[in-house]
Amino acid sequence: MSYIIDRRLNSKKKSTVNRQRFLRRYRAHIKKAVGNAMTQRSITDLNKGEKIAIPTRDLSEPQFHHGQGGVNDRVLPGNKEFVQGDRIPRPGGGAGQGGAGSGASDRGEGMDEFVFQISQEEFLNFMFEGLELPNMVKRKLAGNDSFHTVRAGISEEGTPGRLNVVRSMRAANARRIALTAKKRRHLKTLLAQLTEEEQKDPALRDRNKIQALQEEVRALRQRIERVPFLDDFDLKYNLLVRQPRPSSKAVMFCLMDVSGSMNQATKDMAKRFFLLLYLFLQRNYERTEIVFIRHHTSAKEVDEEEFFYSRETGGTIVSSALKLMQKVMQERYPSSEWNIYGAQASDGDNWNDDSSTCYQLLVNNIMPEMQYYSYIEITPRDHQALWHEYEGVQSLFPDHFAMEQIIDVGDIYPVFRELFSKRVTS
Amino acid sequence: MMGGKVREQDKQLISTGSEWTFELIQEYDLAISEIAAEFGLDTYPNQIEVISSEQMMDAYSSIGMPVGYNHWSFGKQFITVENNYKRGRMGLAYEIVINSNPCIAYLMEENTMTMQALVIAHACYGHNSFFKGNYLFRTWTDASSIIDYLIFARNFIGQCEERYGLEAVEELLDSCHALMNYGVDRYKRPYPISAEEEERRQKEREEYRQRQLNDLWRTIPKSEAETGDDDARRFPEEPHENILYFIEKHAPLLENWQREVIRIVRKLAQYFYPQRQTQVMNEGWATFWHYTLLNELHQRGRVSDGFMLEFLQSHTSVIYQPPYDSPHYGGINPYALGFAMYSDLRRICESPTEEDRHWFPDIAGSNWVDTLHFAMRDFKDESFILQFLSPKVMRDLKLFSIRDDDRQKEIEVTAIHNEEGYRAVREQLAGQYNLGNREPNIQVYSVNTRGDRSLTLHHFQHQRRPLGEDTQEIMRHLHRLWGFDVHLHSVNDGEITASFHCPEPGMKAVHGRDDDPMLIPAPI
Repeated sequence: MSYIIDRRLNSKKKSTVNRQRFLRRYRAHIKKAVGNAMTQRSITDLNKGEKIAIPTRDLSEPQFHHGQGGVNDRVLPGNKEFVQGDRIPRPGGGAGQGGAGSGASDRGEGMDEFVFQISQEEFLNFMFEGLELPNMVKRKLAGNDSFHTVRAGISEEGTPGRLNVVRSMRAANARRIALTAKKRRHLKTLLAQLTEEEQKDPALRDRNKIQALQEEVRALRQRIERVPFLDDFDLKYNLLVRQPRPSSKAVMFCLMDVSGSMNQATKDMAKRFFLLLYLFLQRNYERTEIVFIRHHTSAKEVDEEEFFYSRETGGTIVSSALKLMQKVMQERYPSSEWNIYGAQASDGDNWNDDSSTCYQLLVNNIMPEMQYYSYIEITPRDHQALWHEYEGVQSLFPDHFAMEQIIDVGDIYPVFRELFSKRVTS
Repeated sequence: MMGGKVREQDKQLISTGSEWTFELIQEYDLAISEIAAEFGLDTYPNQIEVISSEQMMDAYSSIGMPVGYNHWSFGKQFITVENNYKRGRMGLAYEIVINSNPCIAYLMEENTMTMQALVIAHACYGHNSFFKGNYLFRTWTDASSIIDYLIFARNFIGQCEERYGLEAVEELLDSCHALMNYGVDRYKRPYPISAEEEERRQKEREEYRQRQLNDLWRTIPKSEAETGDDDARRFPEEPHENILYFIEKHAPLLENWQREVIRIVRKLAQYFYPQRQTQVMNEGWATFWHYTLLNELHQRGRVSDGFMLEFLQSHTSVIYQPPYDSPHYGGINPYALGFAMYSDLRRICESPTEEDRHWFPDIAGSNWVDTLHFAMRDFKDESFILQFLSPKVMRDLKLFSIRDDDRQKEIEVTAIHNEEGYRAVREQLAGQYNLGNREPNIQVYSVNTRGDRSLTLHHFQHQRRPLGEDTQEIMRHLHRLWGFDVHLHSVNDGEITASFHCPEPGMKAVHGRDDDPMLIPAPI
């Protein structure tokens, strides 16, 4: 007797834990690969999985086995030309003479890297591992502890209004099958016997037997019918739970210089930086909004497309952007409700007089409201007045203000990590 | 309920399409089981489980077992399988069968009806009867308790992880896995394992072990003169081949839970030991029977010609043996060799030639079913080949043996498939399946109980063959388990040819947190 079971609906991800153990063990390799990928990828597919290659030797699970040398006797199939006593030169300088019959070992030439794919989620996890949003405060809206209800599976108990009909019927059906299977199998054989008996020549029929069988069939049918169609414990209810609605939200201000001195390559670098920051914020806050502000001599709030791709020329007045940012903050993002992050990218050019205005604006109006403000300067040249003024800001707000210089694309990720690396003493 | 159609008589096709249904699987199973019974195949009850390809990959990467403890190496295995499958480099095996009672066999939902029938014949009646009949499986494994034991192992290791940390458990398992093949009793029959029993006895063992250890290590040196004496009682008095067992019982520093984990790995190694010794026999037996059973179905008119064509196509690819110089050559295909041998045995019984009467006087012309069952029951690969490899099979496979001696400039062909060579080739091939030759023979030789507590192992070289390049790595694992210095000497004809030490002389072993113990130079 064989039992046939449909297991296809069982959980599929049995190996998930083991896979995670594997990723955990090789996180150093994976992090390195992720870091490399970050510098090579184009902007649009930062948010994807990644192929990871790990040298096979680092993955080996060692076993005692024979090495090369000594006397090695082997039997091979497919002899074509040899006779006993033939001598054959060693092929390929002794390579490929792996231990006789050592079955599954794939070592040797061929695969020297173990390549596999990690998902987008895992990729981002590794990308932001060890990073932390500085001064992350969950600012709660006073008195607004709102809840929303979400479905949370199936429960054995509940109000009639939440009865899950499909699940209940399925459970009832399963129970009926389980409770009557044996009886019905028996019934089937009885019926077969009965028809066999009835089809016999009337003279040969055994009336007593037929009667006994009919009696038994009737009793069995009754017992099958007695199994209730729907029982109490078949009932399944939709389970709803109330979840508090997180009230922490973040807004990120992206400020970029689009004056004539910023070329497309510089803007690309800035964009990558903003993108990283955006992904990072998204993982930390339930809701993240972005405000794009670009400026040359005057500042303007724009959408993403225009922010990155439209070209402008002209001089540079950085303070115009800061003023606009301050205005937007006051109008739409009161710091009592929002966690405010600022990121500014520029090539360092500014009207000389303007840099001190920027300093004043930042120190007096903007920084007190900020969670964190990061400034990156994308230039291979020497720093100018703006940088030096910003150094002053940094000394006043060492925990909330950070600045770094980026020279080429490869610097972005390291600089980003530097800006947001976990600080032990904060 | 299932299988609504009433089976009438033979001469009626079970199915014609390639789609399978549960009813059809049941009918095929019934039809096959009837024929199997006629041929005297004695099996455990079957539990046939239909699974998806993803679940098959899961099963694959947990050494085919339905439950298992967690370890990164299984994750690696899973990723490998998944990669190969996605790239289409590997068709998933159509079947996995577990030596348990009831015998669990997996069918993949993607397979056609023909393939399902093939798997049922192969796994549920071929492998299953082998598990139940072969002496190695009968004596070394306990089919009825393995699943329970696996659950016990999984829970125990899970608890250890919670209590002592993932890292500690992972390191320990790494070390145990490295020595897994040396955790087997080759000659002593083990007690059947049982999960309940294990749990009950775990406590007792803990106390007992502690007492024993104390006894061993209490031997305080009596006088200076005695410690340096070579005649001092050696421990262990006899060399030990079961290294993991020795460590479990005698390593001085291990915690009780660590000993339990070693024991679990040991028990699993023991469970898989018969499988490693009966590849050719087991696969050959299953292949022979799926071939025989399905052909019988065809002869009785239960399956169509189309069914047979599809079946034969996958059958021939399973038993294909590429020649040694083919790029596809990857050793001798156990399916091919085993199938050829069992088929030839049947031929020898049914229509023996003069040659067969000369080589196999006892079985030529005998009842083939009895002879095959005999050949399945009481042998392992090595003895099976030594006993039953016929000249005809050697000729068909064109087997020849070579000797690769590193002291000679060229490889010598020592024997081929001819009258003078048959016996030599057969012996050689049998030796190739002797685990004793295949794996280095390493034994625990002595423990310095009165001095630095170091553990010394001896590797007895077979045909001067040295140890592979992994050896130093494994020494580190041994050192981690033993806790004190570990030495390994390769011995050839009473002469030490190579020595491995951990820590290496002049180095100090440091156990890294993440990595294997790293070796750093000792401060001078």
